[in-house]
Amino acid sequence: MNVVAQSVLVVEGLSKSFRGLNALDSVSFNVQSGEILGLMGPNGAGKSVFINVVTGLYPADAGTIHYGGRNVTGLASYELARLGIARTYQNIRLLRRMTVLENVLVATKEHIDRPLRSFCVWNQRSFVTAAKRLLEQFHLVDKSDWLAGSLAYGEARRLEIARALAGKPSLLFLDEPAAGMNERETEELSSTIRASHKFVEAIVIIEHDVAMMRNLPHRLIVLDSGRKIAEGRPNDVLAQSNVIEAYFGTDGTDD
Amino acid sequence: MMQDYIVFVGVNMVLAWSVYVILLAGSLSFANGGFMAIGAYASGVLTVKFGMPLIPAALIAGLIAGAVGVLVGFPALRTRGIYLMLVTVGITVSVKAVIESIDYVGGIQGFGGMVGTRPWHVIALVILVGCGLWFLSKSPLQRILDAVREDELSAASLGINTVYVKLVCLGVGAFLAAVAGSFYAHHLIHVTPDQFGIVVSVFIVLYAVLGGTNNMWGPPIGGVIMTLIPEVVRGLESWRPTAFGVIILVLLLIRPDGLLAFRDVTTRAKKIWVTAKADESKPARAKSA
Repeated sequence: MNVVAQSVLVVEGLSKSFRGLNALDSVSFNVQSGEILGLMGPNGAGKSVFINVVTGLYPADAGTIHYGGRNVTGLASYELARLGIARTYQNIRLLRRMTVLENVLVATKEHIDRPLRSFCVWNQRSFVTAAKRLLEQFHLVDKSDWLAGSLAYGEARRLEIARALAGKPSLLFLDEPAAGMNERETEELSSTIRASHKFVEAIVIIEHDVAMMRNLPHRLIVLDSGRKIAEGRPNDVLAQSNVIEAYFGTDGTDD
Repeated sequence: MMQDYIVFVGVNMVLAWSVYVILLAGSLSFANGGFMAIGAYASGVLTVKFGMPLIPAALIAGLIAGAVGVLVGFPALRTRGIYLMLVTVGITVSVKAVIESIDYVGGIQGFGGMVGTRPWHVIALVILVGCGLWFLSKSPLQRILDAVREDELSAASLGINTVYVKLVCLGVGAFLAAVAGSFYAHHLIHVTPDQFGIVVSVFIVLYAVLGGTNNMWGPPIGGVIMTLIPEVVRGLESWRPTAFGVIILVLLLIRPDGLLAFRDVTTRAKKIWVTAKADESKPARAKSA
């Protein structure tokens, strides 16, 4: 079997600079079907730029992105989303003035793909049922009728992931989902992410919480100053000297 | 006299909705006075010079305005917020300037001979547009529009083609404004470019904003009230415009979200509950933010 066929996403030589600053410097890697891939790095390593380029928010300066064997370099973010690449945001972007249920319903793939035809959809029962089932998986069904803006932080995170899954994606990007969470919340989040894994082919999680990245992903990639400095199994990668140096400074120790 | 009221109130209701439709996807349009002018003149040419009946003429005029809206809107929608607003102001100003320079439609003197609007035309239009928007508010499309209006980036990440959605709304809004403009012109018999200036566009936006733009009933109510207020204060003679202005300011002060800003949490929750009746789960009471 060849590697490319198994890969959901193949990124080659991806570069992006802002005013001469190399935010991404020829980054290459692939996402295998069935895996949870971790992407970590210190602040300013280029993690967020990376996710924003791959999901079509910024155009890449150089490099190619193949998704499901198809060249998707330069596609707009809505086109990538329709093809099955979903994402969440570091600073949670829910539709705060809509209810929890509506936030999931709005992402219903059938409606998104043909917005004008959805004008003629009178019977929404099956969609509501599907959305409620999804909310149930994420322990949010009791709060279906709450405004999304009134949810607690951890619930809002779960809802954002649930909403991303409502579009039936095959690849899910999570941008620093544990930001601002304490240890217990992070632990809960990890189990949420593991539970989400069965809905998609692969998950790419961007994070700098070391404990989470040691336990959750199957494979780990470390970025520093826009370059890939390590790739492999989490425990091996986190033991590498250059990773420790990039992350904790030369004298740093793992917490 | 009664006919005047019905036609003017009805036309202004539809105009207010034409702004509302564009605002559904988050763009504030000051172009609707211009679209109205396109409708009035295009349908006028068709009925007066080519002898076409009013209703097909009005529909064709609507399509022309819709096409203009989409053509101009495509580059304009790349701009956002205040820039998009300025582009729409530009549409109204240019449409007026172009019409003034065309001698075929009377230039600055105006264009006459348009007859045939009956009150039932306008009433039927109001009912049709109202039904369309009511169906829309029950359909998944409303949620997609709400998402685009609230957060374009988030909407795009869900797979919504935000430019397309906004363009369609602009086209439909232009269509409605032009059909209303056709009926308006065929009631007045004679129109001049001056009647469709930027002030008209501002007033149409005011109808919608005063009435409230977070549900479909606000804009037409604003249209009705704004059409009737000048009549109510008729006794004030030359103070009428002043009184009108003061009333607008007071309304904005006491109801900043519009007169009918009622589509709040509970109605939203109820709406979903109705669609979800099949499920056994009882809805929890909506909690406000």
